[in-house]
Amino acid sequence: MDRLQLLLLLSFAMFTLGMVGLAIRRDLLVVLMCLELALNGVLLSLVVFAQQADIAAGAVLVFLVFVVAAAEIAIAIPIVLLMVRHKRTLDVGAFSDLRG
Amino acid sequence: MRLTLIALAPLAGFLLNGLLGQRLGKTFVSVVGCALPLAAFALTLAAVVELESRGAPIVEVVYTWAVIGGVEFEIAFYFDRLTAVMALVVTGVGSLIHIYSTGYMHEDRSYARYFAYLNLFLFFMLVLVLGRSLLVKFVGWEGVGLASYLLIGFWFQDEDKAAAGKKAFIVNRIGDAGFLLGMFLLYTLTGTLDVDRINAAFAEPTPQMLALASTAGVLLFIGACGKSAQIPLHVWLPDAMAGPTPVSALIHAATMVTAGVYLVARLSGLYDSAPAASAVVAGVGVATALLAATIAVVQTDIKKVLAYSTVSQLGLMFVAAGVGAYAVAIFHVVTHAFFKACLFLGAGSVIHALSGEQDVRKMGGLARRIPITFVTFAVATAAIAGIPPLAGFYSKDAILWYSFASSAGGSTVLWALASATALLTSFYMFRLLWLTFFGRSRMSAEVEHHVHESPLSMTGVLAPLALLSAIGGFIAVPQFLGAQWPLPAILEARAPFYWPLIGLAVAIGFGGLALAAFFYAGDGARAARVQERFGALHRLLSAKYYVDEFYERTLHQPLLWLSDRVFLGLGDRRLLDGSLDGLAAFAVRVAGQLGRIQTGNLQLYLLLAMIGLVGALAWGLRHV
Repeated sequence: MDRLQLLLLLSFAMFTLGMVGLAIRRDLLVVLMCLELALNGVLLSLVVFAQQADIAAGAVLVFLVFVVAAAEIAIAIPIVLLMVRHKRTLDVGAFSDLRG
Repeated sequence: MRLTLIALAPLAGFLLNGLLGQRLGKTFVSVVGCALPLAAFALTLAAVVELESRGAPIVEVVYTWAVIGGVEFEIAFYFDRLTAVMALVVTGVGSLIHIYSTGYMHEDRSYARYFAYLNLFLFFMLVLVLGRSLLVKFVGWEGVGLASYLLIGFWFQDEDKAAAGKKAFIVNRIGDAGFLLGMFLLYTLTGTLDVDRINAAFAEPTPQMLALASTAGVLLFIGACGKSAQIPLHVWLPDAMAGPTPVSALIHAATMVTAGVYLVARLSGLYDSAPAASAVVAGVGVATALLAATIAVVQTDIKKVLAYSTVSQLGLMFVAAGVGAYAVAIFHVVTHAFFKACLFLGAGSVIHALSGEQDVRKMGGLARRIPITFVTFAVATAAIAGIPPLAGFYSKDAILWYSFASSAGGSTVLWALASATALLTSFYMFRLLWLTFFGRSRMSAEVEHHVHESPLSMTGVLAPLALLSAIGGFIAVPQFLGAQWPLPAILEARAPFYWPLIGLAVAIGFGGLALAAFFYAGDGARAARVQERFGALHRLLSAKYYVDEFYERTLHQPLLWLSDRVFLGLGDRRLLDGSLDGLAAFAVRVAGQLGRIQTGNLQLYLLLAMIGLVGALAWGLRHV
């Protein structure tokens, strides 16, 4: 098994961990971290495929996505802060106000 | 143009009075309301002169209403001698009643509305009389029904009067259905709706026309029954007395209710080819005449007596039409218009004098107090009773004679029933005269104190009508119409009975007078004894043979039940509302179930999205 295969497996593991974490963790900050984990898993696979196909643009795209992800987190953290101020808790279950 | 103007004059009156009357005051309304009918009368006279000078019917096409598949439906007016007689009666008697109304209705708040309606009625009546096509006549036919409804319910604040208006309207609808069906059938048979062409077509009938003539005749007669208050559709006319008295005189005695007779006479060609339909006309006519006359004997409301008398007299007219003596039927229409208008207006004058009292049991002894009303009323009573040489004698005697001797359906039974009606007519009319004007006063002191003769506008109309009731019999209507509507041949075996029957008719007239005088002379004790002796019969007659109750039970209540339970309860509430409500309730329930998925928990949504995604991927892998 060559290294690229291993890296792909790693990216899959990161994505799965991230998704599972998103689904089951109660702490809002941890959920955000898991989100980042899943995103990075996907980006890793992007890099791997870029290497495999020998396309430099793939590596560039990854940096662009990093920038977008950073901006996203910059907005997400203040939102989380406001939500926490509102409810005085980090438990995601407390924010199910849109119950049908 | 002249014929159109005859009809348009009252329409102009309706528009002026209806739009401006309330603002411009009573003088304006009176002048407009009376002048335009008088103008119509003058124009009719001019048209009659023209008709006589040219000798052929005047036809005037106003407007082509519709062209359907090459067939033109025109609004056209047709003026022959029959039209002339009817139009003269309608505009002449109509104008007199308009003038009378200026006195009778003077205190009414809705004076302008009253005259607007009255003019509207006259317009539609003239359309009905003058119309050449059955379609145009139908417009007039419906229009007079509308005007009748509006005027019966003129004092609509009174629940009962509004209901009487509705009753008249609804009962007439039943007749109108017959009229329409008859009209359709005639159109399929002859390909035209113009009455003169229909009559011409029936002069040379095809076998199919002969086969269906009776059906068409009976259908149209159902329409005539509605308008002319014949059994079984007679129930509306007595209730129609809720309207102002001049309205009863104009619409429900002199003009509108005779429209049915006019229709039958107008379509004489059809009825001549349809002996079965003619027999129905005569049969229904004589049955109505007799039954209505028996009811009139026990009525105590002065207007109700006259109303049943009208129903009865209309029945006699149909007898004449049914045995082919159309000219005689129209003759009776004319004389009846004179004396019945006079009687109704006289009754109006009595009611006016007694401050609104209509019950004859609370009248009596009025002869000296209101002499002009008394004299005119007495003349008209004698006329309707058939006392020679007054108008009613001639027309009624002619009807009796043709019901006996006409070769087109005359029979002894018909004659006997019609004669019995004549006797009853004479009796109940003189009874009315006695109870109202003779004997001791049974008025309350309050009412008696206010008794006064009516103003000149009212008595001035009573006088000419009484005069016409007296001499109207000398107007030779049957001879005038004879050229176009020859009287039926006389059965030879019965010809010798002519003079004896006239003698009998005279005896009948005086017999009724004698009976009424015998029973109601003094304090009416003899009448009271008879009433006690035949209590059950009296109750039956007072209740008008329970026809209203019968209709209530067999038609009204089942229909009400059907509408309430089946159409409203089952159809509307359960089926329509129920299905829609059910759909809505179903949506609410399903949405409630689905709503439980929306927990508001983001992580659950994510999980579901992932499961979906995985499912989609797995499906994709297997199928692509």
